Amino acid sequence: MEKSKSFDLKKFVSDNAIILLVVALAIITGLTTKNFFKPANFKNLVINMSPRFIIACGVSGCLITKGTDLSAGRQVGLAACLSAMMLQSLDYSARMLPWMPDIPWWLALIIVMIAMGIIGAVNGVVISMLKVPPFIATLGMQTIVYGACQIITNNQPMGGFKESYLKVALGSVLNVLPYLAIFAVVVGVYFWFLYNKTRHGKYMYAIGGNESAAQVAGVNVTATIIRIYLLAGVMYGLAGFLVGAKAGGASTATGFGYELEAIAACTIGGVSANGGVGRVGGILIGVLVFEALKICLQFLGVDPAYTYIAQGLVIIIAVALDLRKYLAKK
Amino acid sequence: MSEYRLEMRDVVKTFPGVKALDHAQLKLRPGTVHALMGENGAGKSTLMKCMFGIYHMDEGSVTYEGEQVSISGPLDALNRGIAMVHQELQPIPERSIGENIYVGRYPTKRLGPITVVDHEKMYADAARVLEEVHLNYDPKAKLGTLSVSQMQLVEIAKAVSADCKVLILDEPTSSLTAAEVEALFTIVGELRSRGVSIVYISHKMDEILRISDEVTIMRDGQYIGTWDAKGLTTDFIITKMVGRELTNLYPKRENVPGEAVFEVEDFTSINPKSFRHASFQLRKGEILGVAGLVGAQRTELMEGLFGLRCHSAGRIVYKGKELRINQPKDAINNGIALLTEDRRATGILGVLSIADNVSIASLNQYLIGGVMLDDGKIEKLVQDNVAKLSIKTPSSKTLIQSLSGGNQQKVLISRWLANDPDVFIMDEPTRGIDVGAKYEIYCIIAALAKQGKSIIMISSEMGELIGMADRIMVMCDGRVTGFVDGKDANQENIMALATQFE
Repeated sequence: MEKSKSFDLKKFVSDNAIILLVVALAIITGLTTKNFFKPANFKNLVINMSPRFIIACGVSGCLITKGTDLSAGRQVGLAACLSAMMLQSLDYSARMLPWMPDIPWWLALIIVMIAMGIIGAVNGVVISMLKVPPFIATLGMQTIVYGACQIITNNQPMGGFKESYLKVALGSVLNVLPYLAIFAVVVGVYFWFLYNKTRHGKYMYAIGGNESAAQVAGVNVTATIIRIYLLAGVMYGLAGFLVGAKAGGASTATGFGYELEAIAACTIGGVSANGGVGRVGGILIGVLVFEALKICLQFLGVDPAYTYIAQGLVIIIAVALDLRKYLAKK
Repeated sequence: MSEYRLEMRDVVKTFPGVKALDHAQLKLRPGTVHALMGENGAGKSTLMKCMFGIYHMDEGSVTYEGEQVSISGPLDALNRGIAMVHQELQPIPERSIGENIYVGRYPTKRLGPITVVDHEKMYADAARVLEEVHLNYDPKAKLGTLSVSQMQLVEIAKAVSADCKVLILDEPTSSLTAAEVEALFTIVGELRSRGVSIVYISHKMDEILRISDEVTIMRDGQYIGTWDAKGLTTDFIITKMVGRELTNLYPKRENVPGEAVFEVEDFTSINPKSFRHASFQLRKGEILGVAGLVGAQRTELMEGLFGLRCHSAGRIVYKGKELRINQPKDAINNGIALLTEDRRATGILGVLSIADNVSIASLNQYLIGGVMLDDGKIEKLVQDNVAKLSIKTPSSKTLIQSLSGGNQQKVLISRWLANDPDVFIMDEPTRGIDVGAKYEIYCIIAALAKQGKSIIMISSEMGELIGMADRIMVMCDGRVTGFVDGKDANQENIMALATQFE
């Protein structure tokens, strides 16, 4: 079977079917509705994408090593709640922690990143040392984190955030570049460097490609897996902090279902369910496609219930196409 | 009706990167034992799997009992009377002997509106066929309670139960004792006298010359010829199998073994059925061959030394210093490399590039400022190895899975050479590699030994061991049973040690 070097339109279309579909949908939406191609809408898109891209980067390492992280969304929720507890205005009447001193937003951010990093490290230890399958391990952690979040917050939603905290999400450079996007860009560059230019990245791809072979080659599989889940937790911490600021409030419901959106975005962006494959650029495209789909359907006035159905279909089709690519090679 | 029961003609089968069968053929007469011979990778098993319907041939035809047939799968083959006993048995140990014989084609009966398995008939039939293979065992016993040779008899019983006319035996004696081999030969003789055509695949010359009526030899997937077994000599068969005189199949070795550098004492696995009390020495610049039958635990011993398996006792002394090896990293840091037996399962990182595959075990050497990998340095390493080992690849970005077996193996050798190991363990380094590439691998091994590196080479190809090794260590059933000097080694003295069961 000779592979032709020339451009294969059919292959290009089937390899990028979902992306092309959403691009077409965006063009139709833009032509049939008002205000779609307005800067405000793009800014909205970027703001929506930023925390989701950070979560997707976090979970991508788990997926590349043939794992998953179902606790991502609940960790985001817990991080948002912890941030809220630390950053409510001093003069807000219903403060969750009246004794909480006035701390700068960046200190709160570091604290939630460390806290979520610890949860991620526990995931990594359970998966790599106790050999619990990632699906089960992180499913358990998802439930534990949700319970812990309810206890800590007493099941009360929180608001009344400090101006400096809200500004992190709502502010922008020269009214053009949202601060949220800057966080996302920094994370993207960091992950690109990590995945392409460091030993950790090479080991991660090697484990995903063939764990036994990686072990024979001297890769410390256990340590690498723990680092991956730890880093994922840190990213959920950052994302949760930003999601809280963006929403201006936080509750135990914050972040619900985000893990599935992140996994879906990674898959659409070419992170293979079979492991060993996935690029940061692809993840960005995956998040873009998924958020663009939502905004398009919203503009077209589609009932949110149908939007869920469309999103679900996109996830299944993306994975089916990805596996088909793999099967074709056999 | 022709004189042949089954004819396979012009069979072509291609796998990615390798032409496994290239116009192969086989003609079986009724009531004969037909030996199928060839080196590992010559295509014997592939041809049989085509006959048995496990593989579908790309080209070629099968004529069975005068009719052209197309066999769709193992069950179809069995229904037509073609049965196969695989080299690696596929037992279901937790089910009964009877169920193992009739799996997939259970006798059934009607129970009102539903069809159920007729256990009574199944066990009665099973008892009858077990008798035919002289296996006096309760068909209701779990298969897992039998020994390997008894399980093999169960497989033959399965063939008998299908009233087979063609029976394929793929290396049936590779893990049997001498007495078990005799018992097997008795059954084979009985089946032959009943008119069954038997295809007998084996590497053991004495067996072939003793039991077979006709011999077909294959090489590199091609049909070489068919001869009457009477009057054939071992030398003739080997010459036909390898295609040239044995002497120029291997490169000239110029290595000079020096002092002992690597010593293993009393190395014992935590698994009582695996390697035990293994002791040997390896000299600088020596190629130590390791011979043994399937199940001799050669691979397990080497993986134990490399830290992939646990050991309960034993010492490894390297240049006078005792090594503690609990994981592969420990072995690698002490200058030991292991080229594993199963390239696909534990060697290649299939979806990654050649550059990634070469550099993965030595990334610490290419750091800038302790953090960032120097892509230029990695590229240079890859290019050096591509040139040095003549790896045929379009670029260093090519995925390793798209290369041929021989080139994949060279990439894996490069991976270890990047660490400049002193002790290089190679487990079946030429398995699944075509003949031309094999010679290149031999040249690499010879060159490494000449540089003073110590090589341990496990091989199931006797010719390879005799042709390449300075000394051959022979194992049997987890124990080191002896050493043979490369110059004095022959089929007989190696086999004698390899079958020294307790």
